[in-house]
Amino acid sequence: MMNSTVSGSPGNSAEPDPAILEARNVCISYGENLAVNNVSLLIPEKKITAIIGPSGCGKSTLLRSFNRMNDFIDTVSQTGSMTFRGEDIYAANTDPVEVRLKIGMVFQKPNPFPKSIYRNVAWGPMINGMRGDMDELVEAALKRAALWDEVKDRVDESALTLSGGQQQRLCIARALAMKPEIILMDEPCSALDPVSTARIEDLLFELKQNYTIVIVTHNMHQAARVSDYTAFLENGVLVEYGETDQVFTRPANNRTEEYVTGRFG
Amino acid sequence: MQAGLNLARRHARARLFKSFCIAMTMFSVLILGVLVAQVSMLGLPWLDWDFLSSFPSRFPEKAGIKSALFGTLWLVSLTALFAIPTGVLAAVYLQEYAKQNRITRFININIANLAGVPSIVYGILGLAMFVRFMDLGRSVVAGALTMALLILPVIVIAAKEAIRAVPASLRQAAFAVGATRWQVTRAHVLPQAFPGILTGVILALSRALGETAPLIMIGALTYIAFVPAGPMDEFTALPIQIFNWTTRPQSEFHELSSAGIIVLLVVLLLMNATAVYIRYRGSRT
Repeated sequence: MMNSTVSGSPGNSAEPDPAILEARNVCISYGENLAVNNVSLLIPEKKITAIIGPSGCGKSTLLRSFNRMNDFIDTVSQTGSMTFRGEDIYAANTDPVEVRLKIGMVFQKPNPFPKSIYRNVAWGPMINGMRGDMDELVEAALKRAALWDEVKDRVDESALTLSGGQQQRLCIARALAMKPEIILMDEPCSALDPVSTARIEDLLFELKQNYTIVIVTHNMHQAARVSDYTAFLENGVLVEYGETDQVFTRPANNRTEEYVTGRFG
Repeated sequence: MQAGLNLARRHARARLFKSFCIAMTMFSVLILGVLVAQVSMLGLPWLDWDFLSSFPSRFPEKAGIKSALFGTLWLVSLTALFAIPTGVLAAVYLQEYAKQNRITRFININIANLAGVPSIVYGILGLAMFVRFMDLGRSVVAGALTMALLILPVIVIAAKEAIRAVPASLRQAAFAVGATRWQVTRAHVLPQAFPGILTGVILALSRALGETAPLIMIGALTYIAFVPAGPMDEFTALPIQIFNWTTRPQSEFHELSSAGIIVLLVVLLLMNATAVYIRYRGSRT
């Protein structure tokens, strides 16, 4: 029997971290197909929250609903409420463009624009009318993404000349240049080699000083290494949500234990 | 185990299939070669500056193709002007904006059907709508509007395919940094789809260049001794002139029609070359 009354807020600590994102009774379906089933959870600010679970459990769908990236799929419908700093992300008068300015995203496969490295970072700020020194902004974003030293002499070259790991860091820089508050990452390392993966994981620790990160991963070791909180999703249901230590060492639910110890999934 | 392998026979079949493909390719090339050789043999002796700069005449040695050449240039330019923006924007709407529901599917299927409608039907439509109802007469603009209708489905379909081939990950990347649909389309989708759209446009314009039936239907003239000075002037076009010459009994006129075909082919090759050049430049930046 699945535990359907999982607490929406993570952790058993006396003082939970303040939440920046909140999902309440969220159901998402593709046509008739229910992908996310009545999920409620609070994402704490300036922490790394990992969403884990077997393939097809709805973790990516849930992640993409936070910045309305599911809007582009005609068959998707969603119920329940989802708020960012108390404001409804799905209200009729909420502009999805504005949501995405605050909540950035890094995708599974590195997807730089087929343009120069510089333009990859500068395009977002440019179309959103950001003023000030663009060169400085690009440099700062590339530094934060730990890519500057490798590309500072060739920012005018095509982004497609970079390696896969560099491209993914460029995509992180592109998200950072928008000065978002939250960065959603959808299995950002699944297409990368172990060295590039380690670099990105190091980067995550740096970034959480300033940003809230929600990361979807099917790599449990990665979740255990980088995250402060872990949510375990199975068949669209939030089975367990808590501090990463607790989820991995003393899971409250049998299914969680079976999954994190590698007995299925 | 041994019996099932049969390698020698499988290799023989593979070789047979390959030879068959080569034979078919050679056949197509051969036909084209014979056609070009035949046309060149008959037409080349007539092809000189006088031929290009003279109006038609009932004396073969005085007859030229000037009015038809200029008529065709007018016709194709105006057709491009009407058909390209309409077709590309329709494709952008259908592919980027429209919900993929029953109505969109219905529209898509019918655009594909339109591409298969015989050109004479467009001629009848053009005659009723542009020549008579809109009272444009037998003008270049009436011809161009008719041709635009004819090639519109081809442009829409080609542009839609080109836009569809742009990876979804690119659009998502742009949306994720707060771009609107228009910004995504303008900065990323259209530039990526451009080479494919261009190919479709050139194919469609080539068709407009060679079509005769709808022009005869809307009453483009067969004998004309002036060059259109504006879109409202009457006109003739290369395929009509070529057709007209072939119907004459004198063999000199048949040779003139071959010279006309060469001119038509050169115009076509120039259009294709322009497209190749634009694509080449686009791929370097």
